[in-house]
Amino acid sequence: MNQPHRHEPLIKLDMVNLHFGQNHVLQNISTELHKGCITTIIGPNGAGKTTLVRVILGLLKPDSGNIWKESNLRIGYMPQKLQVDKTFPLTVERFLKTAQNCNQEQIQTALNDVGASLLLKQSIHHLSGGEMQRILLARALLRDPHLLVLDEPVQGVDINGQLELYNLISRIRDERGCGVLMISHDLHLVMASTDHVVCINHHVCCSGHPEHVTNDPSFTELFGIKGSEQLAVYSHHHNHRHDEHGNIIPENERTSSSSHKDCC
Amino acid sequence: MPDFLIYALLGGLGVAIVAGPLGSFVVWRRMAYFGDTLAHSALLGVSIGFLLDINLNLSVIICCVGLALVLVALQRQRMVATDTLLGIMAHSALSLGLVAVALLEIRVDLMSYLFGDLLAVSPQDLFWIYGGGVAVLLLLKLLWQPLLAITINEELAHVEGVNVPLIRLILMLLIAVVIAIAMKIVGLLLITSLLIIPAAAARRLARTPEQMAIGAGVIGCLSILGGISLSWYFDTPAGPSVVVVSLALFIALYSLPTKQQT
Repeated sequence: MNQPHRHEPLIKLDMVNLHFGQNHVLQNISTELHKGCITTIIGPNGAGKTTLVRVILGLLKPDSGNIWKESNLRIGYMPQKLQVDKTFPLTVERFLKTAQNCNQEQIQTALNDVGASLLLKQSIHHLSGGEMQRILLARALLRDPHLLVLDEPVQGVDINGQLELYNLISRIRDERGCGVLMISHDLHLVMASTDHVVCINHHVCCSGHPEHVTNDPSFTELFGIKGSEQLAVYSHHHNHRHDEHGNIIPENERTSSSSHKDCC
Repeated sequence: MPDFLIYALLGGLGVAIVAGPLGSFVVWRRMAYFGDTLAHSALLGVSIGFLLDINLNLSVIICCVGLALVLVALQRQRMVATDTLLGIMAHSALSLGLVAVALLEIRVDLMSYLFGDLLAVSPQDLFWIYGGGVAVLLLLKLLWQPLLAITINEELAHVEGVNVPLIRLILMLLIAVVIAIAMKIVGLLLITSLLIIPAAAARRLARTPEQMAIGAGVIGCLSILGGISLSWYFDTPAGPSVVVVSLALFIALYSLPTKQQT
Protein backbone atom coordinates (compact mmCIF):
# COMPACT_ATOMS: atom_id res chain seq x y z
CA MET A 1 0.00 0.00 0.00
CA ASN A 2 1.44 3.31 -1.02
CA GLN A 3 -1.09 5.66 0.49
CA PRO A 4 -2.32 6.08 4.02
CA HIS A 5 -5.92 4.95 4.52
CA ARG A 6 -8.65 7.00 6.00
CA HIS A 7 -10.97 4.06 6.50
CA GLU A 8 -10.68 1.23 8.93
CA PRO A 9 -9.40 -2.01 7.47
CA LEU A 10 -11.68 -5.04 7.16
CA ILE A 11 -9.16 -7.60 5.96
CA LYS A 12 -5.39 -7.56 5.78
CA LEU A 13 -3.34 -10.06 3.82
CA ASP A 14 0.32 -10.38 4.68
CA MET A 15 2.71 -12.31 2.42
CA VAL A 16 0.16 -14.91 1.38
CA ASN A 17 1.49 -17.83 -0.67
CA LEU A 18 -0.38 -20.68 -2.27
CA HIS A 19 0.75 -23.56 -4.46
CA PHE A 20 -1.34 -25.86 -6.61
CA GLY A 21 1.10 -28.73 -7.01
CA GLN A 22 4.12 -27.25 -8.78
CA ASN A 23 2.27 -24.04 -9.57
CA HIS A 24 3.10 -21.12 -7.33
CA VAL A 25 -0.27 -19.45 -7.87
CA LEU A 26 -0.11 -16.74 -5.24
CA GLN A 27 3.28 -15.25 -4.49
CA ASN A 28 3.76 -13.05 -1.42
CA ILE A 29 0.46 -11.26 -1.80
CA SER A 30 -0.04 -8.43 0.66
CA THR A 31 -3.00 -6.13 0.44
CA GLU A 32 -5.75 -4.59 2.50
CA LEU A 33 -9.47 -4.15 2.08
CA HIS A 34 -11.17 -1.18 3.65
CA LYS A 35 -14.59 -0.10 4.73
CA GLY A 36 -16.35 2.15 2.23
CA CYS A 37 -13.79 1.45 -0.46
CA ILE A 38 -14.18 -0.38 -3.76
CA THR A 39 -11.15 -2.52 -4.50
CA THR A 40 -10.87 -4.20 -7.87
CA ILE A 41 -8.54 -7.06 -8.66
CA ILE A 42 -7.49 -7.16 -12.26
CA GLY A 43 -5.04 -9.33 -14.11
CA PRO A 44 -4.74 -11.58 -17.14
CA ASN A 45 -6.38 -15.01 -17.37
CA GLY A 46 -4.84 -17.51 -14.98
CA ALA A 47 -3.20 -14.79 -12.91
CA GLY A 48 -4.75 -16.12 -9.71
CA LYS A 49 -7.53 -13.54 -9.27
CA THR A 50 -10.25 -16.02 -8.36
CA THR A 51 -7.81 -18.01 -6.23
CA LEU A 52 -6.96 -14.87 -4.28
CA VAL A 53 -10.63 -14.13 -3.68
CA ARG A 54 -11.22 -17.72 -2.59
CA VAL A 55 -8.38 -17.36 -0.08
CA ILE A 56 -9.92 -14.14 1.22
CA LEU A 57 -13.31 -15.86 1.54
CA GLY A 58 -11.74 -18.72 3.48
CA LEU A 59 -12.57 -21.30 0.80
CA LEU A 60 -8.87 -22.03 0.33
CA LYS A 61 -6.16 -22.14 2.96
CA PRO A 62 -2.88 -20.44 2.02
CA ASP A 63 0.36 -22.41 2.40
CA SER A 64 1.94 -19.51 4.24
CA GLY A 65 1.22 -15.94 5.20
CA ASN A 66 -1.29 -14.29 7.47
CA ILE A 67 -4.84 -13.20 6.91
CA TRP A 68 -6.31 -10.87 9.46
CA LYS A 69 -10.06 -10.32 9.47
CA GLU A 70 -12.00 -7.88 11.56
CA SER A 71 -13.83 -9.87 14.21
CA ASN A 72 -17.43 -10.75 13.30
CA LEU A 73 -16.82 -9.65 9.74
CA ARG A 74 -19.95 -10.37 7.72
CA ILE A 75 -19.26 -11.05 4.07
CA GLY A 76 -21.86 -10.87 1.32
CA TYR A 77 -20.56 -13.05 -1.47
CA MET A 78 -21.82 -12.94 -5.02
CA PRO A 79 -20.41 -15.92 -6.89
CA GLN A 80 -19.49 -15.69 -10.55
CA LYS A 81 -22.46 -17.85 -11.43
CA LEU A 82 -24.92 -19.90 -9.55
CA GLN A 83 -26.16 -23.03 -11.22
CA VAL A 84 -29.16 -24.29 -9.31
CA ASP A 85 -30.10 -27.81 -10.31
CA LYS A 86 -33.29 -27.88 -12.40
CA THR A 87 -34.72 -30.49 -10.04
CA PHE A 88 -34.59 -27.94 -7.22
CA PRO A 89 -37.76 -25.82 -7.28
CA LEU A 90 -36.87 -22.31 -6.22
CA THR A 91 -38.50 -18.93 -6.61
CA VAL A 92 -36.58 -15.69 -6.31
CA GLU A 93 -38.44 -14.98 -3.09
CA ARG A 94 -37.55 -18.33 -1.52
CA PHE A 95 -33.95 -18.00 -2.67
CA LEU A 96 -33.59 -14.58 -1.04
CA LYS A 97 -35.05 -15.97 2.17
CA THR A 98 -32.15 -18.40 2.43
CA ALA A 99 -29.80 -15.45 2.99
CA GLN A 100 -30.81 -15.19 6.62
CA ASN A 101 -33.89 -14.53 8.69
CA CYS A 102 -35.36 -11.61 6.88
CA ASN A 103 -38.88 -10.30 6.49
CA GLN A 104 -40.83 -9.49 3.35
CA GLU A 105 -40.05 -5.80 3.63
CA GLN A 106 -36.30 -6.35 3.68
CA ILE A 107 -36.57 -8.64 0.67
CA GLN A 108 -38.56 -6.05 -1.24
CA THR A 109 -36.07 -3.34 -0.32
CA ALA A 110 -33.14 -5.43 -1.50
CA LEU A 111 -34.90 -6.18 -4.78
CA ASN A 112 -35.72 -2.51 -5.24
CA ASP A 113 -32.10 -1.63 -4.55
CA VAL A 114 -30.94 -3.79 -7.43
CA GLY A 115 -33.85 -2.80 -9.67
CA ALA A 116 -35.40 -6.25 -9.82
CA SER A 117 -38.59 -5.84 -7.78
CA LEU A 118 -40.75 -7.46 -10.45
CA LEU A 119 -38.91 -10.76 -10.22
CA LEU A 120 -40.09 -11.68 -6.71
CA LYS A 121 -42.38 -14.56 -7.71
CA GLN A 122 -40.31 -15.76 -10.68
CA SER A 123 -38.71 -19.16 -10.79
CA ILE A 124 -34.96 -18.88 -10.47
CA HIS A 125 -34.54 -21.19 -13.47
CA HIS A 126 -36.06 -18.65 -15.85
CA LEU A 127 -33.88 -15.65 -15.16
CA SER A 128 -31.62 -14.08 -17.76
CA GLY A 129 -27.92 -13.68 -17.01
CA GLY A 130 -28.31 -10.06 -15.96
CA GLU A 131 -31.38 -10.76 -13.83
CA MET A 132 -29.57 -13.58 -12.05
CA GLN A 133 -26.62 -11.28 -11.28
CA ARG A 134 -29.01 -8.75 -9.74
CA ILE A 135 -30.71 -11.41 -7.66
CA LEU A 136 -27.33 -12.69 -6.44
CA LEU A 137 -26.40 -9.14 -5.53
CA ALA A 138 -29.71 -8.64 -3.72
CA ARG A 139 -29.08 -11.79 -1.74
CA ALA A 140 -25.60 -10.65 -0.79
CA LEU A 141 -27.09 -7.32 0.35
CA LEU A 142 -29.72 -9.02 2.50
CA ARG A 143 -26.95 -10.25 4.75
CA ASP A 144 -26.21 -6.61 5.54
CA PRO A 145 -22.53 -7.23 4.82
CA HIS A 146 -19.50 -5.29 5.99
CA LEU A 147 -17.74 -6.50 2.89
CA LEU A 148 -19.28 -7.30 -0.45
CA VAL A 149 -17.26 -9.75 -2.54
CA LEU A 150 -18.15 -9.92 -6.22
CA ASP A 151 -16.50 -12.39 -8.57
CA GLU A 152 -16.84 -10.91 -12.06
CA PRO A 153 -20.20 -9.35 -11.29
CA VAL A 154 -20.99 -8.34 -14.86
CA GLN A 155 -20.34 -11.66 -16.56
CA GLY A 156 -22.92 -12.46 -19.20
CA VAL A 157 -24.41 -8.96 -19.03
CA ASP A 158 -24.53 -6.69 -22.07
CA ILE A 159 -22.52 -3.50 -22.13
CA ASN A 160 -25.27 -1.15 -20.96
CA GLY A 161 -26.22 -3.56 -18.25
CA GLN A 162 -22.57 -3.71 -17.18
CA LEU A 163 -22.41 0.06 -16.74
CA GLU A 164 -25.62 -0.04 -14.76
CA LEU A 165 -24.35 -2.80 -12.51
CA TYR A 166 -21.11 -0.95 -11.81
CA ASN A 167 -23.09 2.19 -11.03
CA LEU A 168 -25.31 0.15 -8.78
CA ILE A 169 -22.32 -1.24 -6.91
CA SER A 170 -20.91 2.27 -6.41
CA ARG A 171 -24.27 3.44 -5.15
CA ILE A 172 -24.54 0.54 -2.73
CA ARG A 173 -21.13 1.43 -1.35
CA ASP A 174 -22.18 5.07 -0.97
CA GLU A 175 -25.43 4.21 0.75
CA ARG A 176 -24.27 1.40 2.99
CA GLY A 177 -20.64 2.31 3.53
CA CYS A 178 -19.55 -1.31 3.12
CA GLY A 179 -16.30 -2.36 1.58
CA VAL A 180 -16.40 -3.91 -1.89
CA LEU A 181 -14.00 -6.37 -3.45
CA MET A 182 -14.46 -7.14 -7.13
CA ILE A 183 -12.71 -9.24 -9.70
CA SER A 184 -12.87 -7.90 -13.16
CA HIS A 185 -11.73 -8.97 -16.56
CA ASP A 186 -12.76 -5.96 -18.50
CA LEU A 187 -10.44 -3.10 -17.98
CA HIS A 188 -12.08 0.07 -19.08
CA LEU A 189 -15.53 -0.16 -17.54
CA VAL A 190 -14.37 -1.08 -14.11
CA MET A 191 -11.80 1.67 -13.78
CA ALA A 192 -14.45 4.38 -13.65
CA SER A 193 -16.17 2.90 -10.64
CA THR A 194 -13.32 1.78 -8.46
CA ASP A 195 -11.25 3.46 -5.78
CA HIS A 196 -8.38 1.08 -5.58
CA VAL A 197 -6.95 -1.32 -8.11
CA VAL A 198 -4.79 -4.33 -7.38
CA CYS A 199 -3.22 -5.67 -10.51
CA ILE A 200 -1.96 -9.20 -10.06
CA ASN A 201 -0.13 -11.77 -12.08
CA HIS A 202 0.54 -14.34 -9.33
CA HIS A 203 2.21 -11.51 -7.43
CA VAL A 204 0.99 -7.96 -6.96
CA CYS A 205 2.29 -6.09 -10.00
CA CYS A 206 1.06 -2.74 -8.91
CA SER A 207 -1.74 -1.26 -6.87
CA GLY A 208 -3.25 2.10 -6.09
CA HIS A 209 -5.61 4.59 -7.70
CA PRO A 210 -6.89 3.63 -11.13
CA GLU A 211 -5.00 6.57 -12.64
CA HIS A 212 -1.84 5.60 -10.85
CA VAL A 213 -2.09 1.96 -11.90
CA THR A 214 -2.77 2.67 -15.56
CA ASN A 215 0.40 4.72 -15.75
CA ASP A 216 2.48 2.11 -14.01
CA PRO A 217 5.08 0.50 -16.31
CA SER A 218 4.32 -3.00 -15.02
CA PHE A 219 0.67 -2.50 -15.89
CA THR A 220 1.57 -1.41 -19.41
CA GLU A 221 3.77 -4.45 -19.67
CA LEU A 222 0.99 -6.77 -18.55
CA PHE A 223 -1.82 -5.44 -20.68
CA GLY A 224 0.16 -3.86 -23.52
CA ILE A 225 0.31 -0.23 -24.55
CA LYS A 226 -3.05 -0.51 -26.27
CA GLY A 227 -4.84 -1.73 -23.19
CA SER A 228 -3.45 0.93 -20.97
CA GLU A 229 -4.15 3.65 -23.49
CA GLN A 230 -7.74 2.54 -23.79
CA LEU A 231 -8.02 2.84 -20.07
CA ALA A 232 -6.43 6.23 -19.97
CA VAL A 233 -8.75 7.41 -22.71
CA TYR A 234 -11.74 5.94 -20.98
CA SER A 235 -11.12 7.40 -17.59
CA HIS A 236 -11.27 10.89 -19.12
CA HIS A 237 -14.23 10.17 -21.30
CA HIS A 238 -17.15 9.39 -19.12
CA ASN A 239 -19.09 12.58 -19.63
CA HIS A 240 -22.35 10.70 -20.00
CA ARG A 241 -23.74 7.23 -19.73
CA HIS A 242 -26.74 5.30 -20.93
CA ASP A 243 -29.27 3.22 -19.13
CA GLU A 244 -30.42 -0.07 -20.61
CA HIS A 245 -32.81 1.70 -23.00
CA GLY A 246 -30.04 3.86 -24.39
CA ASN A 247 -31.17 7.02 -22.63
CA ILE A 248 -28.56 9.28 -21.13
CA ILE A 249 -28.59 9.08 -17.37
CA PRO A 250 -28.60 12.54 -15.78
CA GLU A 251 -25.37 13.54 -14.07
CA ASN A 252 -26.75 13.52 -10.51
CA GLU A 253 -27.86 9.88 -10.72
CA ARG A 254 -24.44 8.60 -11.49
CA THR A 255 -21.54 8.02 -9.24
CA SER A 256 -18.45 9.57 -10.60
CA SER A 257 -15.16 8.02 -9.76
CA SER A 258 -13.54 11.34 -8.99
CA SER A 259 -15.65 11.96 -5.90
CA HIS A 260 -14.00 9.01 -4.17
CA LYS A 261 -10.52 9.59 -5.40
CA ASP A 262 -9.10 10.01 -1.95
CA CYS A 263 -10.84 6.97 -0.56
CA CYS A 264 -7.95 4.59 -0.47
CA MET B 1 -59.27 -55.16 9.13
CA PRO B 2 -56.71 -57.81 10.13
CA ASP B 3 -53.83 -56.69 12.35
CA PHE B 4 -51.13 -57.39 9.82
CA LEU B 5 -52.80 -55.03 7.37
CA ILE B 6 -52.93 -52.24 9.96
CA TYR B 7 -49.26 -52.77 10.75
CA ALA B 8 -48.42 -52.76 7.07
CA LEU B 9 -50.31 -49.49 6.52
CA LEU B 10 -48.79 -47.80 9.57
CA GLY B 11 -45.28 -48.96 8.68
CA GLY B 12 -45.59 -48.01 5.04
CA LEU B 13 -47.05 -44.56 5.74
CA GLY B 14 -44.42 -43.86 8.38
CA VAL B 15 -41.61 -44.67 5.97
CA ALA B 16 -43.22 -42.72 3.11
CA ILE B 17 -43.53 -39.57 5.23
CA VAL B 18 -39.82 -39.61 6.12
CA ALA B 19 -38.75 -40.70 2.65
CA GLY B 20 -40.45 -37.65 1.07
CA PRO B 21 -38.14 -34.88 2.28
CA LEU B 22 -35.02 -37.07 2.30
CA GLY B 23 -35.82 -38.37 -1.16
CA SER B 24 -36.03 -34.77 -2.31
CA PHE B 25 -32.45 -34.24 -1.17
CA VAL B 26 -31.44 -37.44 -2.95
CA VAL B 27 -32.94 -36.03 -6.16
CA TRP B 28 -31.56 -32.50 -5.71
CA ARG B 29 -28.06 -33.62 -4.82
CA ARG B 30 -28.00 -36.52 -7.29
CA MET B 31 -27.42 -39.11 -4.62
CA ALA B 32 -29.58 -41.90 -6.08
CA TYR B 33 -26.60 -44.17 -6.64
CA PHE B 34 -25.34 -43.38 -3.16
CA GLY B 35 -28.67 -44.49 -1.70
CA ASP B 36 -28.63 -47.63 -3.79
CA THR B 37 -25.17 -48.52 -2.54
CA LEU B 38 -26.20 -48.13 1.08
CA ALA B 39 -29.29 -50.27 0.47
CA HIS B 40 -27.18 -53.05 -0.98
CA SER B 41 -25.27 -53.33 2.27
CA ALA B 42 -28.41 -54.11 4.24
CA LEU B 43 -28.10 -57.87 3.81
CA LEU B 44 -24.58 -57.65 5.20
CA GLY B 45 -26.16 -55.87 8.17
CA VAL B 46 -28.60 -58.75 8.62
CA SER B 47 -25.84 -61.35 8.73
CA ILE B 48 -23.78 -59.23 11.11
CA GLY B 49 -26.86 -59.00 13.30
CA PHE B 50 -27.19 -62.78 13.34
CA LEU B 51 -23.48 -63.21 14.01
CA LEU B 52 -23.43 -60.81 16.96
CA ASP B 53 -26.90 -61.83 18.06
CA ILE B 54 -28.24 -58.27 18.17
CA ASN B 55 -31.48 -56.77 16.94
CA LEU B 56 -31.57 -57.01 13.15
CA ASN B 57 -33.07 -53.54 12.66
CA LEU B 58 -30.25 -52.12 14.72
CA SER B 59 -27.53 -54.07 12.92
CA VAL B 60 -28.86 -52.96 9.52
CA ILE B 61 -28.84 -49.32 10.65
CA ILE B 62 -25.29 -49.71 11.97
CA CYS B 63 -24.16 -51.34 8.73
CA CYS B 64 -25.71 -48.63 6.51
CA VAL B 65 -24.32 -45.82 8.65
CA GLY B 66 -20.91 -47.51 8.71
CA LEU B 67 -20.85 -47.84 4.93
CA ALA B 68 -21.90 -44.20 4.57
CA LEU B 69 -18.93 -43.17 6.73
CA VAL B 70 -16.57 -45.36 4.69
CA LEU B 71 -17.89 -43.80 1.49
CA VAL B 72 -17.39 -40.27 2.81
CA ALA B 73 -13.80 -41.16 3.72
CA LEU B 74 -13.11 -42.86 0.37
CA GLN B 75 -14.56 -39.97 -1.64
CA ARG B 76 -11.72 -37.81 -0.38
CA GLN B 77 -9.21 -39.79 -2.42
CA ARG B 78 -9.06 -38.99 -6.11
CA MET B 79 -7.82 -42.29 -7.54
CA VAL B 80 -11.22 -43.83 -8.22
CA ALA B 81 -14.17 -41.78 -9.45
CA THR B 82 -17.14 -41.62 -7.11
CA ASP B 83 -19.55 -43.54 -9.35
CA THR B 84 -17.00 -46.33 -9.85
CA LEU B 85 -16.46 -46.43 -6.12
CA LEU B 86 -20.21 -46.62 -5.48
CA GLY B 87 -20.55 -49.40 -8.03
CA ILE B 88 -17.78 -51.40 -6.41
CA MET B 89 -19.20 -50.90 -2.94
CA ALA B 90 -22.83 -51.62 -3.88
CA HIS B 91 -22.28 -54.99 -5.46
CA SER B 92 -19.47 -56.02 -3.17
CA ALA B 93 -21.64 -55.29 -0.16
CA LEU B 94 -24.52 -57.29 -1.61
CA SER B 95 -22.25 -60.20 -2.51
CA LEU B 96 -20.56 -60.10 0.88
CA GLY B 97 -23.99 -60.21 2.46
CA LEU B 98 -25.08 -63.22 0.37
CA VAL B 99 -21.81 -65.06 1.06
CA ALA B 100 -22.03 -64.29 4.77
CA VAL B 101 -25.61 -65.53 4.93
CA ALA B 102 -24.52 -68.79 3.27
CA LEU B 103 -21.40 -69.25 5.41
CA LEU B 104 -23.24 -68.59 8.63
CA GLU B 105 -25.99 -70.92 7.49
CA ILE B 106 -28.59 -68.38 8.46
CA ARG B 107 -32.10 -69.35 7.47
CA VAL B 108 -33.48 -66.17 5.96
CA ASP B 109 -36.16 -65.55 3.41
CA LEU B 110 -33.89 -63.91 0.87
CA MET B 111 -36.78 -62.66 -1.24
CA SER B 112 -38.24 -60.71 1.66
CA TYR B 113 -34.94 -58.86 2.14
CA LEU B 114 -34.50 -58.20 -1.56
CA PHE B 115 -38.04 -57.09 -2.34
CA GLY B 116 -39.53 -56.30 1.04
CA ASP B 117 -42.17 -57.93 3.13
CA LEU B 118 -44.60 -55.17 3.86
CA LEU B 119 -47.32 -57.52 5.04
CA ALA B 120 -44.99 -59.02 7.67
CA VAL B 121 -44.33 -55.73 9.49
CA SER B 122 -44.44 -56.39 13.22
CA PRO B 123 -45.21 -54.02 16.12
CA GLN B 124 -41.51 -54.12 16.90
CA ASP B 125 -40.71 -52.97 13.36
CA LEU B 126 -43.20 -50.13 13.84
CA PHE B 127 -41.24 -49.07 16.90
CA TRP B 128 -38.07 -48.83 14.80
CA ILE B 129 -39.81 -47.09 11.91
CA TYR B 130 -41.48 -44.45 14.07
CA GLY B 131 -38.57 -44.04 16.49
CA GLY B 132 -36.07 -43.62 13.67
CA GLY B 133 -38.51 -41.61 11.57
CA VAL B 134 -39.27 -39.06 14.27
CA ALA B 135 -35.57 -38.63 15.03
CA VAL B 136 -34.80 -38.11 11.34
CA LEU B 137 -37.64 -35.61 10.86
CA LEU B 138 -36.60 -33.63 13.94
CA LEU B 139 -33.03 -33.36 12.69
CA LEU B 140 -34.28 -32.38 9.24
CA LYS B 141 -36.43 -29.63 10.73
CA LEU B 142 -33.55 -28.38 12.84
CA LEU B 143 -31.05 -28.37 9.98
CA TRP B 144 -33.43 -27.45 7.16
CA GLN B 145 -31.88 -24.05 6.41
CA PRO B 146 -28.23 -25.18 6.26
CA LEU B 147 -29.28 -28.28 4.29
CA LEU B 148 -30.96 -26.08 1.70
CA ALA B 149 -27.98 -23.73 1.71
CA ILE B 150 -25.47 -26.48 0.84
CA THR B 151 -27.86 -27.81 -1.80
CA ILE B 152 -28.11 -24.43 -3.52
CA ASN B 153 -24.37 -23.78 -3.46
CA GLU B 154 -21.77 -25.22 -1.11
CA GLU B 155 -19.29 -22.36 -1.49
CA LEU B 156 -21.90 -19.73 -0.78
CA ALA B 157 -22.98 -21.72 2.25
CA HIS B 158 -19.38 -21.96 3.46
CA VAL B 159 -18.83 -18.20 3.13
CA GLU B 160 -22.01 -17.63 5.09
CA GLY B 161 -20.73 -19.71 7.97
CA VAL B 162 -22.31 -23.13 7.36
CA ASN B 163 -20.12 -26.07 8.34
CA VAL B 164 -20.49 -27.71 4.93
CA PRO B 165 -18.70 -31.05 5.53
CA LEU B 166 -20.60 -31.61 8.76
CA ILE B 167 -24.02 -30.87 7.25
CA ARG B 168 -23.19 -33.06 4.25
CA LEU B 169 -22.17 -35.89 6.57
CA ILE B 170 -25.35 -35.57 8.61
CA LEU B 171 -27.46 -35.71 5.45
CA MET B 172 -25.70 -38.92 4.38
CA LEU B 173 -26.25 -40.47 7.79
CA LEU B 174 -29.93 -39.51 7.74
CA ILE B 175 -30.30 -41.18 4.36
CA ALA B 176 -28.53 -44.26 5.72
CA VAL B 177 -30.96 -44.47 8.64
CA VAL B 178 -34.01 -44.05 6.43
CA ILE B 179 -32.78 -46.73 4.05
CA ALA B 180 -32.22 -49.10 6.93
CA ILE B 181 -35.72 -48.62 8.33
CA ALA B 182 -37.35 -48.64 4.89
CA MET B 183 -35.81 -51.98 3.93
CA LYS B 184 -38.66 -53.87 5.58
CA ILE B 185 -41.18 -52.11 3.34
CA VAL B 186 -39.88 -52.46 -0.20
CA GLY B 187 -36.70 -54.48 0.20
CA LEU B 188 -33.12 -53.48 -0.47
CA LEU B 189 -33.37 -53.62 -4.27
CA LEU B 190 -36.33 -51.23 -4.39
CA ILE B 191 -35.64 -48.76 -1.59
CA THR B 192 -34.11 -46.09 -3.80
CA SER B 193 -37.32 -45.98 -5.84
CA LEU B 194 -39.33 -45.14 -2.72
CA LEU B 195 -36.93 -42.23 -2.16
CA ILE B 196 -36.71 -40.82 -5.65
CA ILE B 197 -39.96 -41.58 -7.51
CA PRO B 198 -42.31 -39.65 -5.16
CA ALA B 199 -39.83 -36.76 -4.97
CA ALA B 200 -39.40 -36.63 -8.74
CA ALA B 201 -43.18 -36.74 -9.17
CA ALA B 202 -43.67 -33.93 -6.64
CA ARG B 203 -41.19 -31.76 -8.56
CA ARG B 204 -43.81 -31.39 -11.26
CA LEU B 205 -46.12 -29.38 -9.00
CA ALA B 206 -43.72 -27.73 -6.56
CA ARG B 207 -42.49 -24.15 -6.68
CA THR B 208 -40.47 -24.23 -3.47
CA PRO B 209 -38.32 -26.90 -1.84
CA GLU B 210 -40.78 -27.19 1.03
CA GLN B 211 -43.67 -27.91 -1.33
CA MET B 212 -41.60 -30.60 -3.03
CA ALA B 213 -40.58 -32.26 0.25
CA ILE B 214 -44.15 -32.37 1.58
CA GLY B 215 -45.57 -33.30 -1.81
CA ALA B 216 -43.14 -36.20 -2.02
CA GLY B 217 -44.37 -37.42 1.37
CA VAL B 218 -47.99 -37.24 0.21
CA ILE B 219 -47.26 -39.04 -3.07
CA GLY B 220 -45.30 -41.66 -1.13
CA CYS B 221 -48.29 -42.24 1.16
CA LEU B 222 -50.64 -42.57 -1.82
CA SER B 223 -48.23 -45.12 -3.32
CA ILE B 224 -48.27 -47.14 -0.11
CA LEU B 225 -52.08 -47.10 0.05
CA GLY B 226 -52.36 -48.02 -3.63
CA GLY B 227 -49.69 -50.70 -3.39
CA ILE B 228 -51.24 -52.38 -0.38
CA SER B 229 -54.66 -52.29 -2.07
CA LEU B 230 -53.22 -53.88 -5.19
CA SER B 231 -51.58 -56.54 -3.07
CA TRP B 232 -54.76 -57.14 -1.08
CA TYR B 233 -57.16 -57.43 -4.00
CA PHE B 234 -54.94 -58.97 -6.66
CA ASP B 235 -52.48 -60.87 -4.51
CA THR B 236 -49.46 -59.10 -5.99
CA PRO B 237 -46.19 -58.75 -4.02
CA ALA B 238 -46.61 -55.70 -1.78
CA GLY B 239 -43.22 -53.98 -2.17
CA PRO B 240 -43.15 -54.01 -5.98
CA SER B 241 -46.83 -52.99 -6.04
CA VAL B 242 -45.97 -49.84 -4.07
CA VAL B 243 -43.25 -49.01 -6.59
CA VAL B 244 -45.59 -49.63 -9.54
CA VAL B 245 -48.24 -47.31 -8.05
CA SER B 246 -45.66 -44.57 -7.44
CA LEU B 247 -44.49 -44.94 -11.03
CA ALA B 248 -48.10 -44.58 -12.21
CA LEU B 249 -48.46 -41.38 -10.14
CA PHE B 250 -45.18 -40.08 -11.56
CA ILE B 251 -46.33 -40.69 -15.15
CA ALA B 252 -49.77 -39.21 -14.44
CA LEU B 253 -48.29 -36.01 -12.99
CA TYR B 254 -45.91 -35.55 -15.90
CA SER B 255 -48.74 -36.13 -18.38
CA LEU B 256 -50.64 -33.15 -16.99
CA PRO B 257 -50.83 -30.26 -19.44
CA THR B 258 -48.01 -27.79 -18.83
CA LYS B 259 -49.17 -24.52 -17.39
CA GLN B 260 -45.88 -22.95 -16.54
CA GLN B 261 -42.75 -24.91 -15.91
CA THR B 262 -41.39 -23.89 -12.58
